[in-house]
Amino acid sequence: MQKVSVLLCLSWVCFLFYAGIALFASGFLLTRLELTNHSSCQDPPGPGPLPRGARGEPGACWMASRFSRLVLVLIDALRFDFAQPQGAHKPGEHPASLPFLGKLGSVHRILQLKPRHGRLYRAQVDPPTTTMQRLKALTTGSLPTFIDAGSNFASHAIVEDNLLKQLARAGRRVVFMGDDTWKDLFPGAFSQAFFFPSFNVRDLHTVDDGILEHLYPTMDSGEWDVLIAHFLGVDHCGHKHGPHHPEMAKKLTQMDQVIQALVKRLENDTLLVVAGDHGMTMNGDHGGDSELEVSAALFLYSPIPLFSSTLPEEPEVVPQVSLVPTLALLLGLPIPFGNIGEVMTELFSGNEDSPVYSSALAQAAAVHLNAQQVSRFLLTYSAATQDLRVEELQRLHSLFSKASADYRRLLQDPQGEEAELRAVAADLQQFLRGARALCIESWARFSVARMAAGATLLTAACALCLLASQWAASPAFPFRPLLLLSVAWGLAGAIVCAGLLATTGLQLDLVVLGAVAAVGSLLPFLWRAWAGWGARRPLAALLPIPGPTLLLLLARWAAFFSDSFVVAEARAAPFLLGSLILLLVAQLHWEGQLLPPKLPTIPRGGPATPAGPPRHQGVHALGLGLGLLFCTRLAGLFHRCPEETPACRSSPWLSPLASMVGGRAKNLWYGACVGALVALLAAVRLWLRRYGNLKSPEPPVLFVRWGMPLMALGTAAYWALASGADEAPPRLRALVAGASVVLPRAVAGLAVSGLMLLLWRPVTVLVKAGSAASGTRTVLAPFAGPPTSQADLDYVVPQIYQHMREVFRDQRERTSAQGPLTVAACQLGSVYSAAVVTALTLLAFPLLLLHVERISLVFLLLFLQSFLLLHLLAAGIPSTTSGPFTVPWQAVSAWALLATQTFYSTGHQPVFPAIHWHAAFVGFPEGHGSSTWLPALLVGANTFASHLLFAVGCPLLLLWPFLCESQGPRKRRQTAGSEAEARLRPEEEEEEEPRMEMRLRDAPHRFSAALLGLGLKYLFVLGVQILACVLAASILRRHLMVWKVFAPKFIFEAVGFIVSSVGLLLGIALVMRVDGAVSSWFRRLVLAQKR
Amino acid sequence: MKDTDIKRLLYAHLLCIFSVILSTFIPSLFLENFSILETHLIWLCICSVFVTVVNLVLYSVVKPNTPSKRSSLTHKVARFLKCCIYFLVSCFSFHVIFVLYGAPLIELVLETFLFAVILSTFTTMPCLCLLGPNIKAWLRVFSRNGVTSIWENSLQITTISSFVGSWLGALPIPLDWERPWQVWPISCTLGATFGYVAGLAISPLWIYWNRKQLTYKNN
Ligand SMILES: [Zn+2]
Ligand SMILES: [Zn+2]
Repeated sequence: MQKVSVLLCLSWVCFLFYAGIALFASGFLLTRLELTNHSSCQDPPGPGPLPRGARGEPGACWMASRFSRLVLVLIDALRFDFAQPQGAHKPGEHPASLPFLGKLGSVHRILQLKPRHGRLYRAQVDPPTTTMQRLKALTTGSLPTFIDAGSNFASHAIVEDNLLKQLARAGRRVVFMGDDTWKDLFPGAFSQAFFFPSFNVRDLHTVDDGILEHLYPTMDSGEWDVLIAHFLGVDHCGHKHGPHHPEMAKKLTQMDQVIQALVKRLENDTLLVVAGDHGMTMNGDHGGDSELEVSAALFLYSPIPLFSSTLPEEPEVVPQVSLVPTLALLLGLPIPFGNIGEVMTELFSGNEDSPVYSSALAQAAAVHLNAQQVSRFLLTYSAATQDLRVEELQRLHSLFSKASADYRRLLQDPQGEEAELRAVAADLQQFLRGARALCIESWARFSVARMAAGATLLTAACALCLLASQWAASPAFPFRPLLLLSVAWGLAGAIVCAGLLATTGLQLDLVVLGAVAAVGSLLPFLWRAWAGWGARRPLAALLPIPGPTLLLLLARWAAFFSDSFVVAEARAAPFLLGSLILLLVAQLHWEGQLLPPKLPTIPRGGPATPAGPPRHQGVHALGLGLGLLFCTRLAGLFHRCPEETPACRSSPWLSPLASMVGGRAKNLWYGACVGALVALLAAVRLWLRRYGNLKSPEPPVLFVRWGMPLMALGTAAYWALASGADEAPPRLRALVAGASVVLPRAVAGLAVSGLMLLLWRPVTVLVKAGSAASGTRTVLAPFAGPPTSQADLDYVVPQIYQHMREVFRDQRERTSAQGPLTVAACQLGSVYSAAVVTALTLLAFPLLLLHVERISLVFLLLFLQSFLLLHLLAAGIPSTTSGPFTVPWQAVSAWALLATQTFYSTGHQPVFPAIHWHAAFVGFPEGHGSSTWLPALLVGANTFASHLLFAVGCPLLLLWPFLCESQGPRKRRQTAGSEAEARLRPEEEEEEEPRMEMRLRDAPHRFSAALLGLGLKYLFVLGVQILACVLAASILRRHLMVWKVFAPKFIFEAVGFIVSSVGLLLGIALVMRVDGAVSSWFRRLVLAQKR
Repeated sequence: MKDTDIKRLLYAHLLCIFSVILSTFIPSLFLENFSILETHLIWLCICSVFVTVVNLVLYSVVKPNTPSKRSSLTHKVARFLKCCIYFLVSCFSFHVIFVLYGAPLIELVLETFLFAVILSTFTTMPCLCLLGPNIKAWLRVFSRNGVTSIWENSLQITTISSFVGSWLGALPIPLDWERPWQVWPISCTLGATFGYVAGLAISPLWIYWNRKQLTYKNN
């Protein structure tokens, strides 16, 4: 198996995952572009005259206002049938079983007694039916999706034009009381506000009682134009007890009393609106798109007669967003720019005395204004993005122009017919409905089919990883044909799909195309797996993960299905990591590898344990485990609280030093940070020196010796400037500003050049061996010429290696060098891991710069933790003659857990407000102008730093046990005097030199297979995480927390997976580059010997 | 190994289970407002004392292992002191491990320590009773093929199940059910207790089931 094909195979698997993720995301994450344009009074939505009296009249804008004041009572989750009278239940169901029916008695009395004053509607709600999205819709008139692209992720504040903005512009006093979600959405929009916490869904009364305390006094004081009261009790009762609970009847009765009291207090210029923001399912949840969730009650009431027509039999169905243009025009405000609701014409008909024609004219004027505004919005939106269908847009546009022209013609004509006006109004309404349908089509539908297909694809990819990671180890793995076949099938599938789409004239969707290609390339593998299953494969092959580790992994995966655990993952991940570590130590002890076998072990039935010569690391391994636990706990001190847990306090160490007051503490902290930096650098250099990688004069080595301290110096200087910039004397300001631009860029540039050097000359072997060897005998008897084929090289290389060792031993005997001279001295033994460690350090510096200063301590801990973990894992691998060519599952799981833990301990949380936006300004204090990819890259690098570092470092899991081999024999030599040890050991082992990573080169095929297996295992562990996220998000798409917890978690996991997989490929590519360089180095050596 | 041994083991374990159950009921006769959740710390102390006493009595009566040859008074006292020190050390090391696992460092120190005490009671105390203050023997018992009698085998099972129980007890803490038992360390102590009781119940059955496969060096 060639090295390149390992990379190709891994990229293919990554592609499968990406296709699955993209397919799922396209079905789950609804996206929409947010426009920041605003409507204003001075700027009518289109050409043409404004309705009569709109100009010049006080308080009028596009249209004369009909009400000067508004009371909006929002009862959260007031489902439509909650407002139904007692008799409205379905036949066959006992009314007593429906405690929510008929409790809003005052509504029914009004409808019965004063049919022209009030009306009940069934409001059709657009999914997602979550409160925040609904509140956005109820004020902007739009269809908020989860990702409103262009919005500021750091806060929930609405940037689109909305009713509250328009109210503020018109100078109206808005008083709010209730759910504190409004505080985030409309910061500073209220003249007076009483917010109450909305988070605790078990608490039915705090919010409602708080509102009731303030509602009537405020109303009587008269210091308001718009009064908004958002009650949460009904919703919380639904979540806690469900709608069929007697508690719901109590809650609704309470709401009825509120409505009754309000109706009594209303004055003639005031409109009362009672609305539910969404419904609830049979269980009291909401968020999805089922019938019960999307039907909400809407009740309008005015003390003066409002409607001219009589009460309809069955309440009319209106889209919920219709409320927005209606309220705007009734209150004399411009309709918000992005509204796509359709004005409710009945409310503009005037009272019954007004002539029929003028009533029709007023209705047509309202609809026309509304249509003009929607048309303007569609034009602006489609100019900004392409996600609306073009043909449909054109059709709508022509419909609108025709109807608008008709309307204007009718206005010119003084003897207009009422019927004609109504026809025009109907045309305009048709346009409005078409526009809404178009927007809904592209913004507001979960595509369950795509979600399911994406989840299936991910499952198949995970299964592939699991199976292939085991097959890869076997030499008979039909690797290349399988890969070629898969790629061929995938291409064929993609071409067929593209052809089909092209012939049917459908839009070419890259996501679907990718998914089809992925499925196509999966088919041959699955078929092969199915065919090869038979009796030969034991069922155990399905679950190769050892029991306890599997249990831990299962616990981790199950945690993705609970919002509490997702929120608490920052503490759950270290807990699981600690459990895994102690489990590893306990297992080592259980297998008898922790302690010298002085105690009699009695072989019992079954095969005797192949204990072999146990590594004498007894206390050593225990110390490693405890050290790891300690480091994990320390890293946990850098904890950022999720906003959902109010009791929790974030670590103060996550703030930049510049925000600290008190010079002494700041200086101490600065010293600690620089100390951590120096310690990190010193540790890496010490490690490299220990394995003899700092001796050769190669450029990468020189870079490690001189470039890295320079980077540390630059970082320290930048921190000093950043933390003390305000204290700089004025004449140095320019210098400081310049330096804070230059320094980070210089460090990043140094890191990049270091990585380039590393890629250019990865083998930093001291060639002293070659000169020493030149005079001695040649070993290449079987080969006459330079090696031509890979097979030759495979055979030759171990021989040369053998020879070099002999040379070294001669040298040692001659010079009797101080201390034991091992293979490590010629740096070949650690050539792979040295390259990986150097690359990791080079990567860590720029990533560290993107974080606040004190995170450097976490980075130090990160390196320490991975070092300890690698040693612990290496201690657990039995030393067999063939070498540890397979990385055990627990190692991969621990590595992935460590990556997650570091994500949290670097001050991140998987929610958008917690993203460290300041990272975009490191090195660019003035911002980036119009470019978006660079800040996105910087912020992404900050957020996913731990994912990247651990993925790149993943090959160390394979390399480290080879590296640790050197310790065993060396220790052995030191303790050779102790008789207890010597007895246990055969004599010839004394002689054996550790060959460390060169053993990988002895078996190049197994090396490749091991890399492939490692990559597949890591992808599997990460892939199941993303699969769990996907399943959680799709199963719980009705959950209260879906947009707050699960969807952000999915996005972070998905991006994290992509970053990790790319990092993994880079890490493996680096190892292969080193391998190729070592090969050519050996080849050169062979040629030199020939001469 | 004879069936009578297993029977003795079963009775001994039943007695231990009984002591745990008693510790939840007897105090309410003497103390007002006693309940496991409300006055958790008191219950912890009482349960720990009960289990310790029962264990001491049981192992001194049953004498599953051969008594040491030297039985002078000074030796016994030294042995007892050593046991006490071992027990204290185990309490403190459990406490440290809990903190390393994420328990609060400064707040709730007493609660954390009492959890360490009760876990030591369930794990270290039987070890001390059965094996004495002999770390090597302990390490032998808790390694593969290291047990030499059904008593040691059951010790292995109860200890491991106590650990697993307290580990499982930590899992529901983050859930938002807002139950009184979700507070640290109540769920863990309850988990440890359930694990211990389950281990006591399971180990005789398990040994009885596997009595054909089990061959010990001594028997
Ligand atoms: Zn709601
Ligand atoms: Zn709700």
